[in-house]
Amino acid sequence: MSKYLLRRLLILIPALFGISLVLFTILALAPGDPFEELATNPNVPPEVRANLRAQFGLDDPIAVRYVRWVTAMLKGDWGFSFVSRVNVSTLIMQRLPTTLFVLGTAQLLGLIVALPIGIYSAVRPYSIFDQIATTFAFVGFSLPTFFTGLLFILFFSIHLDWLPFIYRADLTSSGWRWAWEMARQAIMPIAVLGLAQGAAMTRFVRSAVLEVVRLDYVNTARSKGLSEKVTILKHVVRNALIPVVTLVALQIPGIFTGAVITEQIFRVPGIGSLLISAILSNDTPVIMSITFVFSALVLIFNLVADLVYGWLDPRIAYR
Amino acid sequence: MANATASEVVLERAPAQAHRPPESLVAESWRRFRKHRLATFGAATLAIMVFAVLLGPLIYRVPINEIDFKAKLKGPSWAHPMGTDDLGQDILARMLYGGRISLAVGVAAMLIALTVGTAVGALSGHAGGVIDHTLMRITDLFLALPPLPLLLLIVYLFRDVLKKALGPEAGIFIMIVVVIGGLRWMPVARLVRAQFLSLREKEFVEAARSLGAKPLRQMIRHILPNALGPVIVAGTLDVAAAILAESTLSFLGLGFPPDIPTWGRILYDAKDNLDFAPHWAIFPGTAIFLTVLSINYLGDGLRDALDPRKVL
Repeated sequence: MSKYLLRRLLILIPALFGISLVLFTILALAPGDPFEELATNPNVPPEVRANLRAQFGLDDPIAVRYVRWVTAMLKGDWGFSFVSRVNVSTLIMQRLPTTLFVLGTAQLLGLIVALPIGIYSAVRPYSIFDQIATTFAFVGFSLPTFFTGLLFILFFSIHLDWLPFIYRADLTSSGWRWAWEMARQAIMPIAVLGLAQGAAMTRFVRSAVLEVVRLDYVNTARSKGLSEKVTILKHVVRNALIPVVTLVALQIPGIFTGAVITEQIFRVPGIGSLLISAILSNDTPVIMSITFVFSALVLIFNLVADLVYGWLDPRIAYR
Repeated sequence: MANATASEVVLERAPAQAHRPPESLVAESWRRFRKHRLATFGAATLAIMVFAVLLGPLIYRVPINEIDFKAKLKGPSWAHPMGTDDLGQDILARMLYGGRISLAVGVAAMLIALTVGTAVGALSGHAGGVIDHTLMRITDLFLALPPLPLLLLIVYLFRDVLKKALGPEAGIFIMIVVVIGGLRWMPVARLVRAQFLSLREKEFVEAARSLGAKPLRQMIRHILPNALGPVIVAGTLDVAAAILAESTLSFLGLGFPPDIPTWGRILYDAKDNLDFAPHWAIFPGTAIFLTVLSINYLGDGLRDALDPRKVL
């Protein structure tokens, strides 16, 4: 197991290099110049500009610039935000926990919704419950998160006035009061993201359980006298979850789309909203680093999915 | 057996349905498609939407940018069926105009994704060996990239140049279409490759090969038509995904400029006025939702109709 984990971690390295190569190529292909501002400023003499360019190595060949950029990233030197005058890594580390909290809770909510509904639907296919659940799943999976977010604000914040629609990181209260305010402000972003995830997952769970439930070994389990509950939960679901994990893993890059949108709508101070504000203020180092962090997160979550996959399916040998 | 040829399908079905005269593949698919009621509903809704955005501006002749401060932020009325925005511009006229662009982005991005995906998949499945391996690793790499952050990065870096080179409308349109299409070809490539791997061993391809068909002719004339079913389904769903991607970009304020009111852009302008002009957000949001829902149902119906394993 630990050997397998180690090997998977080693595979991450070329993958990260591939991603860094893609990102750097995009950056290098793009026209524009970080010193454009200096070029148009008449107070800066051309010699100073040339010196600065040489100092930052902007006139070197692309390969040299790439190697320098990667080594700097490896050393943890992610550059300096043009706008907030802080190290990019500090900035990201401040914001990352919020994003991970919202994403993780949303994913959990999605699972809590999808597993029981999907399983119950598949055990009684074409029943009224199944038809309602399938329709809702289809609708939920077609609803864009930016529209559900606005509808939630319209209904719960403006119409009913129950929940705040701005997420604040600087809550002044403490103790129970803090927990209560935190829950109230986090519930809408998490629900929007979690329900969208849950709708997609319900469809996966339903079709996977439906495939397994008619196999012969399930009949065997029933006929040897196991209760329906044990048959479904222990014999059917565990096998059905294997393809579900694969499908959920394939969805992982898309989850970050939802994260960026919900963070933007509810002004959650995570790295998604940081990315948008960096783009609006032309803060290239921050944009590059966040895109890289998002890609790295995708790889890490894929690794987790692989480990879960191996745990669910003993036929997969950890070699 | 989505890869069975038309004649095989007819043979398999023959005993049970001897009473029905043989049908062409299209007629047969259409008959099967109609049995999926929600898919028919999706196709009808989509057809109405397409007609509305194509013909609507010809009938409903209110300009999209006529500013009228006396009528600003008004709810739906006879003069303005979908109300007005903060400048008093008619929302229905803007929706009809923007719908054209939203739908065009969806279709164009889908075509790019299908072309690239089919080419990569066909090459990979046919060539095998090192080419196959390299192409599949590249596909895996692209599958691991988070689409929205990358989309935002590219838009940020290339927006101004393309705007200068091709004008604000065409430049942004081409960039958005190419980038969305360029980030969605991977599933199609995998699908086509899998189909090629199984189809190239089939007898009818061997027959074509032994009759002297060149590799390119084998691919295009014999294998590709039989791999088409799942590709059509994937393409349909890609239209919905591309429309969503464009709306997302515009909703974040990083897509089309304000004078090109795509549905996502209208929503972006509306989102800060939710408390006193909810209609402004609800109409474009519903339009995006209905389009995506109809396309998804359509894809579902096509999946069933084009899969000969399913008895309908």
